[in-house]
Amino acid sequence: MVSLEVRNGFVIDPMNGVFEVKDVFVKNGRIVESLDKPEMVVNAKGKVVVAGGIDVHAHVAGGKINMGRKMRPEEMRYPRFKSDNLRSGVGRVLLTSPAIGYEYARMGYTTVVEPAMPALYSIHTHEELDSIPIVDKMALPLFGNWHFVFKFVKNDEIEKLSNFIAWVLAKTKGFGVKVVNPCGVEAWMFHGNVYSLNDTDPLFGVSPKEVITGLISAIERLKLPHSLHIHCNLLGIPGNYEVTLETIKLTRRFENSERQVMHVTHVQFNSYAGESWKDMSSGAEFVAKEVNRNNVTVDMGQVILGHATTMTADSPFQYELFKIFKTKWSNLDVELETGSGIVPVYYSPKVRVHSLMWAIGLEIGLLVDVDKVVISTDYPNGGPFYSYPYIATLLMSEKFREEEMKKIANVERYSILPSLSEERTLEDVVKMTRVNPARILGLNDRGHLGENAKADLVIYDLPPEPNPRDYESILKALSNPSLVLKDGEIVVKEGRVVKHTWGETIWVKRDYDEELIGDELEDFFNYYTVQRENYGVPHVRREVVLC
Amino acid sequence: MKVSCPFCGNVCDDINFDGEVEREKLCPLGESKLTREKRRIPYPMVEGERVSYDEAIERAVEILLNAKRPLLYGWASTVNEAIRLGVILAEKVGGVYDTTSSVCHGPSILATIEEGLPGGTLGQAKNRADVVVFWGCNPAEAHPRHPTRYSVMVKGFLVEGRRLRKTVVVDIRKTATALLSSKFYMIKPNSDFAILTALRSIINGNDNAVPNEVGGLSKSQLREFAELLLSARYGVIFFGMGATHTRGQDRNVEALIKLVQTLNRHTRYILQPMRGHFNVTGADAVACWEAGYGYAIDFSRGYPRFNPTEFSAVQLLRRRDCDAMLVVGSDPVAHFPFDVVRHMAKIPVIQIDPHYNLTTKVANVVIPSAISGIEAEGTVYRMDGVPVRLKKFRESEFWSDYEILKAMLERVVERKGGDVVW
Amino acid sequence: MEFTLVTARTMEQGMFVEDKLSEDYFKATACCEMNPEDMNALGLKDGDRVRVTTQYGSVVLYVKRSVLDVPRGVVMIPLGIYANRILPSESGTGTPIYKNVRCRVEKTDEEVLSIEEIVREVVG
Repeated sequence: MVSLEVRNGFVIDPMNGVFEVKDVFVKNGRIVESLDKPEMVVNAKGKVVVAGGIDVHAHVAGGKINMGRKMRPEEMRYPRFKSDNLRSGVGRVLLTSPAIGYEYARMGYTTVVEPAMPALYSIHTHEELDSIPIVDKMALPLFGNWHFVFKFVKNDEIEKLSNFIAWVLAKTKGFGVKVVNPCGVEAWMFHGNVYSLNDTDPLFGVSPKEVITGLISAIERLKLPHSLHIHCNLLGIPGNYEVTLETIKLTRRFENSERQVMHVTHVQFNSYAGESWKDMSSGAEFVAKEVNRNNVTVDMGQVILGHATTMTADSPFQYELFKIFKTKWSNLDVELETGSGIVPVYYSPKVRVHSLMWAIGLEIGLLVDVDKVVISTDYPNGGPFYSYPYIATLLMSEKFREEEMKKIANVERYSILPSLSEERTLEDVVKMTRVNPARILGLNDRGHLGENAKADLVIYDLPPEPNPRDYESILKALSNPSLVLKDGEIVVKEGRVVKHTWGETIWVKRDYDEELIGDELEDFFNYYTVQRENYGVPHVRREVVLC
Repeated sequence: MKVSCPFCGNVCDDINFDGEVEREKLCPLGESKLTREKRRIPYPMVEGERVSYDEAIERAVEILLNAKRPLLYGWASTVNEAIRLGVILAEKVGGVYDTTSSVCHGPSILATIEEGLPGGTLGQAKNRADVVVFWGCNPAEAHPRHPTRYSVMVKGFLVEGRRLRKTVVVDIRKTATALLSSKFYMIKPNSDFAILTALRSIINGNDNAVPNEVGGLSKSQLREFAELLLSARYGVIFFGMGATHTRGQDRNVEALIKLVQTLNRHTRYILQPMRGHFNVTGADAVACWEAGYGYAIDFSRGYPRFNPTEFSAVQLLRRRDCDAMLVVGSDPVAHFPFDVVRHMAKIPVIQIDPHYNLTTKVANVVIPSAISGIEAEGTVYRMDGVPVRLKKFRESEFWSDYEILKAMLERVVERKGGDVVW
Repeated sequence: MEFTLVTARTMEQGMFVEDKLSEDYFKATACCEMNPEDMNALGLKDGDRVRVTTQYGSVVLYVKRSVLDVPRGVVMIPLGIYANRILPSESGTGTPIYKNVRCRVEKTDEEVLSIEEIVREVVG
């Protein structure tokens, strides 16, 4: 690994208040203040220099995406990388693991969060994460329908719940707490679902409200770097924005000065007004207002028109999609813990609801405070992760939005997007893809280029304030970084992957007292089909433990 | 400590080990696997002559690199870590990767491609299923502890035991599993598709479309069966080679899937293929994330392509469209139809396996490996995909599959050029 | 007589599947099970030998009375090289059809090939 100087580039580093031409120095995988004799000098004149991108939510590894691949060979028939020096990689929207790593790197992204790991399958999730080259990664175990959680919440045993969370994070090498349709997935085991924050699950009789507030209490008690990460109830259903507002309001009794108390994920899918598909309209304005006045953050969940595959732990909702689309459907009920469902989808520009979903995502990206929103597509639910440059360009250019809106169904009566003239700056986009994610995840070694930050660095061929009307240049530049460094090594040059490296798996360690939850562990493990002593992940390739 | 049994798709992980494997929980298959001594391949051999590991590996690499279309087959009886290297090796030599799925549950995978798989983990059967159906499978002989650990006699949190569970067997002959069940439907051979369609019609309210007799079952039996299915609060249908190896193959499995889709409109059901080997599920899964498909994958163009009729081992051998073969933990000479085995004798064959088997008789290069789950550790996936760690509890002088394949891959890449990408 | 041939896993075949050169494996796979009434009709008793022929090939096996009821008109051969001696490889899905193949069964005095012998015959 050579020491490096990135010379004369325009550095956009909002976390450190930098917006000027500045030289950046790299040594031993870290940003350093200065170097007398860098072994290599990279000329970044006329270009911008930013930290590597961070994706807070993409289903890139584990049983769901792998089942998606298995059931959709039609997705896998697109060759992206031939096996010459590196690995071959294929895929249209669903990609193979090597292709995922390479495509993230080619976009200038260097960290990814797998947001939905069923704990019983955690070994599988980590095996796949360890097969994705270059990027650093984290995984979030699923808690929202876990029988342990129901029991502790029901008895208001927050101390036990905290111990349980810490136990899970250690066993599964997990990074935080993910919740998907709390109580609804258990209800699906009984052919039902939940339809409000006060409905209860059929087995323990707890409500989503209790699960959410119980988990937040436990998470804040543990001082986890990342907040509760939630896929709200009623996802995808017209009129659901109200449940989203209520869910956000649950955070009001909690305080945290360092970070948000709740991260609402792919919020576009939970921002619908109206009563049915016929009269569905955008509820994004209401959601954005509520987000802006509470200590919560969101990621967009932008729909990209074209092929996609819906795959979530929200098994009852996935079954509803199956009934609507009448296509293939996979389901996986995971004993005691969670579930999942997979249904292929095609978002058509001719279909008003799909076009509206596209518009709602952009409303979120434009209306939510720039410090509280992150770019995402809930890959592969909304669309490919490699379309983030496209999303960024849409947010930056009203003209581009106008041109794209000509290609889709008319959404004027249902969305305010046509009237939004707001244009995000490139600095805003850097916030939405680097600064915000780092703060949201509680990671201070990335998302910026200050001293001792990870040398995950990207050079884009753009001026610091590009002309929004020349959106084609913006899109092209964001899709083809001139250079990408990962841990100080050059991995991408002129949009081409030149080196295959392995990133780190980060998980969070907190002390716990296994005896405190010993009775429950013994009790529930009677019903599991694996032995308690065999439960969990023994090792990962390169581990970083946050204490 | 507890060790896991590496034989069938149950992957029982509750076998007690205290210096020695305790037989208490072992079924006859597990007992044979974990406690009986068998004839091992004693040392690496090239053309019957004893050589070192390095020499055997060198010769194997030569064979693979010289071949135009090498076939790398087996994989279901080793660990994920080794399988992953096998997929990358197939990619680097531009060969074909295929697993035992192609002679077993291949049709189930094809049906999944058409319809998806409405599934769940084995704990769902244990805890919730009040109706359990065994369709064309016989766990009493092929997955012996399945009924006691997962599906029939086991105690779950909602279904406390056998009395609260209705078990149904559908088969052309009265199997040992039928003896454990509350209901047995004997059907005529090759009638699965018709019977499944009849059941769906009845459940959809169209029983006037159903003739008086379908596949050996009368209309009133079909009605009774449909009612039984619908009476479940949570049902599980297990199925096996009775569906995949009979006329219709993947269409039979599609019909099973569609039955479960239909049942899910009324109540909850899941479908579970009874995977045979202890890591055939892992062999599928690893190939899926590395190459996009589960089996029958050709890398001759530098990227993976899938075609079950073109690239599955039996068909490749049948067309004599491969000129070298690597067999890992499998015995195609015993388990493939005889006419394709003939071609195996004409091409160079490399075998990696702990035990002497019928393929050893045609292998030009024989590389003995440590037994996964006894002498080598690793991750495997149970039939429902749940990962289980196999442990190592005995030292051995034999190289593990992982070590052998790693050495092969290193040499191949060294010779062909390329970075270390595994 | 015309029969339907099915091949299947059995406990014995599974127990010795890693020991294919053993006497136990030979006994577990070089055999077939038939319904007692069919055996009577062919004048067969336990341990006799039969020649089973499909349109693809022919093999001599020991015959056993089925303990559970293999139905009339069905012959069951455990998975293995003897079964595969008479099965087809052609298949629309790529997976051979290992069950429900039409066959003829005749009583015979011919010897059952040993494992070595049948491997040699198959391999050519």
